[in-house]
Amino acid sequence: MNYPRNNWIIPGTFVVAFILTLLPMPAWALWLRPSWVLMVLIFWAMAEPETINVGIAWIIGIFLDVLEGTLLGEHALALSLVVYLVVRMYTRLRMFPLIQQGFSIFFLVLLYQFILFCTQGFIGNSPNSWLYWSSSLTSMLLWPWVYSIMRGRTDVKIV
Amino acid sequence: MIFLVLLSIGLMVLDYRVTALSQLRAALSMPLAPLQYIVSWPIQMVDNIVDTISTHDRLVRENLDLKTEVLRLKAQMQRLLAVELENNQLKSLTLSKNQLQGKVLIAALLAVATDPFINQVLVDKGTRDKLFVGQPVLDAYGVMGQVIQVGPLTSRVLLINDSHSGVPVQVVRNGIRAIATGDAYTRKLRLTNVTLTADIRVGDLLITSGLGDNFPEGYPVGQVQKIDKDPGLQFATITVEPAAHLDRSRGVLLVWPNNPALLDPKS
Repeated sequence: MNYPRNNWIIPGTFVVAFILTLLPMPAWALWLRPSWVLMVLIFWAMAEPETINVGIAWIIGIFLDVLEGTLLGEHALALSLVVYLVVRMYTRLRMFPLIQQGFSIFFLVLLYQFILFCTQGFIGNSPNSWLYWSSSLTSMLLWPWVYSIMRGRTDVKIV
Repeated sequence: MIFLVLLSIGLMVLDYRVTALSQLRAALSMPLAPLQYIVSWPIQMVDNIVDTISTHDRLVRENLDLKTEVLRLKAQMQRLLAVELENNQLKSLTLSKNQLQGKVLIAALLAVATDPFINQVLVDKGTRDKLFVGQPVLDAYGVMGQVIQVGPLTSRVLLINDSHSGVPVQVVRNGIRAIATGDAYTRKLRLTNVTLTADIRVGDLLITSGLGDNFPEGYPVGQVQKIDKDPGLQFATITVEPAAHLDRSRGVLLVWPNNPALLDPKS
């Protein structure tokens, strides 16, 4: 896709996603936080698969690990695996209507959470609450809005 | 792709097993610190505004309350100073190295969320203020945790209720020693490897024992909340309510122990 675009838009959206990830939430909403960084990554991997590749996802994941204090490489592994899938099937994802896209996002975030769940399990503090998985649900519900806002604001022409 | 997967798995294993990666972590935390300040700033701002517009009456009342509190604490201090002096003298007589009191620095917590798996907090002090890894962190009510990573601008504190934290404690009433480990999900502590016959009762106060050379001796850790003695198990399950306000405190105390052995954990 060749069109004039502000170079700061991609880093800018990631900074916003990081800020949303760090924003303190009340205790009852602890597990409901959508995976903002993953959603932004999926959007860019769909929009510009030649710019946002697996390597970028890996670096973003390392930053996320440092910010969240998790094991170094944990989020990097999960993000790069999911982005790998997205880059493989971005043409199909672009064609889906928003609802169907939302369902694909649900399964992608579920995979992401599953990888995090396994790594946490290895080091012996996997969550014992089913609410852990609710994050993929909130991500799915928010996807149409994230998608529309980002497409409107960034002038990226998908489809 | 396969390369990246192997790289991340390698990193994770290294990060878990070896402490060498903490250097890399500290270096990476430097460019990311502004983000954490950006998130924390508006929240602290709102608190400041609330403080500013609180009414004159309330401030006067609060001032009075604080003055009486200071008076009361000063009276207690006078007695304490004498006791502490005597205690240190006695300890130097018995050649004990765990003397009370050292340098203290007050730090503010950054209002930043971490992964729900992890009970850690960020403080706004770093290598600039000569913090060190393993430094004990207290609040007004008891032990909060220890510093596990020092960056130039921010540092990460492992709270005592994280599942990777362990604090050597002893019961005030009879001096029984144990180790209090964190239980991340109940947000409480648990005493490990305490036999069924040990004399620990509900309501017992636990203080740091100073063993293990990580936490200074004599600070409150928590109170025994529940004891579950199942004859089928080898050890009793003892739940401890932390004394420190782990999820409410905003200001914390960083302590530099007098004991030189505590300053350098590797020695």
